[in-house]
Amino acid sequence: MKEGYELVYKRPSTLTDRRMSYCPGCFHSTIHKFMMEIVEEMDIQDKTVGVCPVGCSVFAYNYLDIDMQEAAHGRAAAVATGIKRVLPDRIVFSYQGDGDLAAIGTAETLHACNRGENFTFIFINNGIYGMTGGQMAPTTLDGQITSTCPYGRDVETAGMPMKMAEIISSFEKVSYVERVSCNTPANARKAKRAIRKAFEYQMEGMGTTFIEVAANCPSNWKLTPEESLKWLEEKVYPYYPLGVFRDVKKLKKEE
Amino acid sequence: MAEVKLMKGNEALAEAAIRAGMQAYFGYPITPQSEVIEYLAAQEPKHDYVLIQAESELAAVNMLYGSGGAGARVMTTTSSPGFSLMQEGVSYMACAEIPCVMVNVVRGGPGLGTVQPSQGDYFQAVKGGGHGDYHVIVLGPNSVQEMVDHIYLAFELADKYRAPTLILADGAIGQMMEKVILPAPIKYEPDKPWATTGKTPDRERNILTSLYIQSEDMEQRNLKLQAKYKVILKNEIRYEEYEIEDAEYIIVAYGLCSRIAKNVVNRARDEGLKLGLFRPISLWPYPWDRIGEIADADRVKFFISVEMNAGQMVEDVKLAVCGKKPVFFFGRLGGIVPTPEETYEAIKEKIG
Amino acid sequence: MLQEMIFAGFGGQGVLSMGTLLAYAAMKEGKDVSWMPSYGPEMRGGTANCIVNISDQPISSPIVSAYDVAVVFNQPSLKKFEQKVKKGGILIWESTTIKEPPSRKDIRIYPIPAIEKASQDLKNVKVMNMLMLGVLLKINAIVKKESVLQALKDTLPERHHHLIPLNKEAIDLGMSLAD
Repeated sequence: MKEGYELVYKRPSTLTDRRMSYCPGCFHSTIHKFMMEIVEEMDIQDKTVGVCPVGCSVFAYNYLDIDMQEAAHGRAAAVATGIKRVLPDRIVFSYQGDGDLAAIGTAETLHACNRGENFTFIFINNGIYGMTGGQMAPTTLDGQITSTCPYGRDVETAGMPMKMAEIISSFEKVSYVERVSCNTPANARKAKRAIRKAFEYQMEGMGTTFIEVAANCPSNWKLTPEESLKWLEEKVYPYYPLGVFRDVKKLKKEE
Repeated sequence: MAEVKLMKGNEALAEAAIRAGMQAYFGYPITPQSEVIEYLAAQEPKHDYVLIQAESELAAVNMLYGSGGAGARVMTTTSSPGFSLMQEGVSYMACAEIPCVMVNVVRGGPGLGTVQPSQGDYFQAVKGGGHGDYHVIVLGPNSVQEMVDHIYLAFELADKYRAPTLILADGAIGQMMEKVILPAPIKYEPDKPWATTGKTPDRERNILTSLYIQSEDMEQRNLKLQAKYKVILKNEIRYEEYEIEDAEYIIVAYGLCSRIAKNVVNRARDEGLKLGLFRPISLWPYPWDRIGEIADADRVKFFISVEMNAGQMVEDVKLAVCGKKPVFFFGRLGGIVPTPEETYEAIKEKIG
Repeated sequence: MLQEMIFAGFGGQGVLSMGTLLAYAAMKEGKDVSWMPSYGPEMRGGTANCIVNISDQPISSPIVSAYDVAVVFNQPSLKKFEQKVKKGGILIWESTTIKEPPSRKDIRIYPIPAIEKASQDLKNVKVMNMLMLGVLLKINAIVKKESVLQALKDTLPERHHHLIPLNKEAIDLGMSLAD
């Protein structure tokens, strides 16, 4: 550090030097950074094992300097279950998109939550399939246009967008569920706090923790990053409200 | 301490897995192998293995992936339709080089089929039921004792080669009881520096993946796997020969069929007919070369593959014999076990 | 000496446990044994059977289609297995409930009213399988009676050990009926 300078911000040592492949404005890079800052702050690099999904974040292991396993599409919850059960003192998380967690992997997701598997889901919900080029997701909004619903999602035939945080919060063995976002610095700070809280609950052995990130996809939404934030505020949050959906510590206090 | 017991094949393999140091089991009930998870569930309080009755075979095989990748000695068991569902995970584990033991107690197919014994999954097991260029090591036990012995062997091979290893049994071997000698339990100490146990300062991070998006990288990955398979082909071929030295006619059979074939050989020998049995024990790697050598002998007139399917392993026998001698097939389908009598008749018919 | 046997009846008549006990007793006498059950949905209320092989030599096939001994407890099993008894072999059949008797002349046939005897003399129809086992042991001393009694002790859970005397009585009654 140069004399007279004060360090106010740095890249966490737990991120690799590799340049991320994510599009400009995408929340993936923000959430990656938060997770690795938390790993650094909590000094748990040697105890953390991550599972990446199939989706835009399929290469997360190139950026996160921790041990990781790549799961088959939809199976991250089963893979994380396997890891956590044989390494119960490690901090295990799955990092999954909406197609992965709420379509092809719904069974694995729900059953892991029902068993209260003691790992953390980081669920990036941007309402669209990013990696394969903008197809409809189980979370695509009513009327939203994608390449496989070019006239807008028809909820009559495609069903309603899945509200995963709400669904997951109904499981008794799930300890913490929060939906966060990163559209403003204030919300971004809340997102980081939520992830840290989830890791802490996990370390206390409280059961499944689930953080849903109401995320953007400027490229496939065909919006600028700034426009994508507006879309989040106008269209996404009204249907996918931010906030805590389940917190067993609070529930216990209220009892 | 070794113990002598009268046990069902499924229960014996479960007990063997415990003794061989299994640390985690994931499975889904399906006839005719549900006794495995039932036995392990009953024994669980006495041991410290992880046991999950998963929501599906798909989930089970991916739990196997996660826990095997985390360095544990892990196992799943299933029967045919369940193993079809597991093929996704098998392909991923083969590529990511995750050791595990899988047992398929085969029943008759295709489709939902029948719960009766079959060898209809031979192709799926030895030619790769999932996608891509890969093999799993495949062992074919023919007795309750081998169910036990193969569990120990399978765990060893899986760890040695970082390869998913499959025991291809059938409903009869799983359900029948025989005298079995259970070996003494071993204390398993994992030595897997590649496992995802948490990155320590003294090493780079461990990544287990089957994704190589650049074709050049994927080719390299494949070449690495193929090089490993060559070593396995060289070192791990196993077979049994019975009355082969002077045999003119040779039955090739594995698993339950090899037991029936042995009975047929005994009958034939009593009648002065020079019949022998060649039993592949490792189904992949297959003993092609040894069968080829036997086919070279002038005295040998033909081979006949006896199977509980429409004729699957016979293709490997033909590959091995390479046109040097005739290769015939006799089998029953749909969960029917060929009787020694009808098998003997079929052979006598070929002799003419 | 190889003995290939089949025990067949309705599910719940104890044919599988009868075979298990015999196989266990023979194993304890140092013989090689195999026990192959019918399994699957047919067990539920349908017909159950098990093939038991006992030999001084290693057993080749656990599944055979001709038997030295058949013990049958119901009509469908008699129909199915009468023709599969080897020439000169033994067929023991339960004569309380089976109405159409066997007809072969080239095998040794023993009608035994096991159900009637067990329910009347022993007041417990459930031990009719042990009665039939007693008959078999008398006709064909495959294993010693003592080995079967020891097998009962070894294989029955502790909480069922009070039933051992009743089982012994059933075996003895069977042996006397065979005379």
